[in-house]
Amino acid sequence: MPTFVYMTRCDGCGNCVDICPSDIMHIDKTYRRAYNIEPNMCWECYACVKACPQNAIDVRGGADYSPLGHSVRVLREEEKGTISWRVKFRDGRVKDFVSPITTQPWGEKIPRLADYEVPDEDAMKSPLLCHEPDGLKIDDGGLPMVDKAKFKQGVYY
Amino acid sequence: MLTTNPFVELPGYVPALALQVYVILMIVLVVAGTLVDIVHKKSARYFFEAAENARQARSRDVDSGEKSGIAMKTLVHDVLASGEFCNMRRRLAHLLTMYGFLLFVVTTGIMVFAYPTPDVATPAVLPLLWHLGALLVCVGGYWFWFFIRVDVAAEGNPWYRVMRADLFVLSLLATTTFALAWSALQAAGAGGWATLFFALFIVAGTVLFGGVPWSKFAHMFFKPAAAYQRRVSDADGSRQNLPPPADKPAQFGLGIKREAPRHY
Repeated sequence: MPTFVYMTRCDGCGNCVDICPSDIMHIDKTYRRAYNIEPNMCWECYACVKACPQNAIDVRGGADYSPLGHSVRVLREEEKGTISWRVKFRDGRVKDFVSPITTQPWGEKIPRLADYEVPDEDAMKSPLLCHEPDGLKIDDGGLPMVDKAKFKQGVYY
Repeated sequence: MLTTNPFVELPGYVPALALQVYVILMIVLVVAGTLVDIVHKKSARYFFEAAENARQARSRDVDSGEKSGIAMKTLVHDVLASGEFCNMRRRLAHLLTMYGFLLFVVTTGIMVFAYPTPDVATPAVLPLLWHLGALLVCVGGYWFWFFIRVDVAAEGNPWYRVMRADLFVLSLLATTTFALAWSALQAAGAGGWATLFFALFIVAGTVLFGGVPWSKFAHMFFKPAAAYQRRVSDADGSRQNLPPPADKPAQFGLGIKREAPRHY
């Protein structure tokens, strides 16, 4: 399932090198194009696929559940605030999805983590994660849903 | 210095014919090197296989008229304006080096073959463009080398870390830098030093044009072909299996802007 780079499309800009959380996207020493130096360590987060401005990065499917012949491709359009996905099955069926980009600059948008109290030692040892259970908003009535009316510039939750 | 043809001022032990033979040899090396590169890396085979896969995945046919329009757009946008670069600094640096290199090579060829001796006066514009070309390569190339290339900007490596991928840019920079130094020293009358830098200029030029199979010199041939293929795949609907551009989810709004890759 690791990522790989189409060398003819890559222009060696370094966006994938910068964003990879596993630090396994590097620049080839011969051709100065990006490549995945350690495919075994790739957890298929798609960060580099989405970050690549040339759409030069693709992901191999695992042979057990997505045999050869399929493809999952993604197109990130910042100016529209969208991420589009196209899943192509090996029998020829195609499914397209469009999602909003919901990433926000750290600490500037909602939730503003800097506004929360610093957790004490008991909270640090608790199995609950940050802001659980309050943050899950289960007591507000049912599963938390995002009201479409709240979609505005930037999609805040 | 700027309006003087540096090749006619060479000492007598470098005859004009030798320079002409050298230029022809460099052209032969570039052609042979590119062919070796294509065969060794199987790049042409890959290119045509990818084109065939895209053709089979097409949703509409692109006629020859549309293809010539795409070829023109590729030439104007992707080749002449380096439009494929997403980073404006890299694009500017590439434009400087590309046009500088073209000016430098073309004027070198004209001066060596059309004005080889002082008997035929060289038009002042030719040496002027030759020096300008070398200068443009130096400006764009050194800017790229010290600040823009991804080894420095994204990988966090020091500028002096050299690897094989640097063969092209370093030999190009060495060629133009030594050419400018040789011309300046020759104009200043520093005979011995001028000869030394002329020799360095020839060595750097030989590495640049003779190193095609080991460097990325051939990108100037295959990159336009790849850009053309990409545009054709956009036009025929195959789109390299990418999803179509998102249409009007007006409620989505603007997401985060991509940051420059400078987090090392």
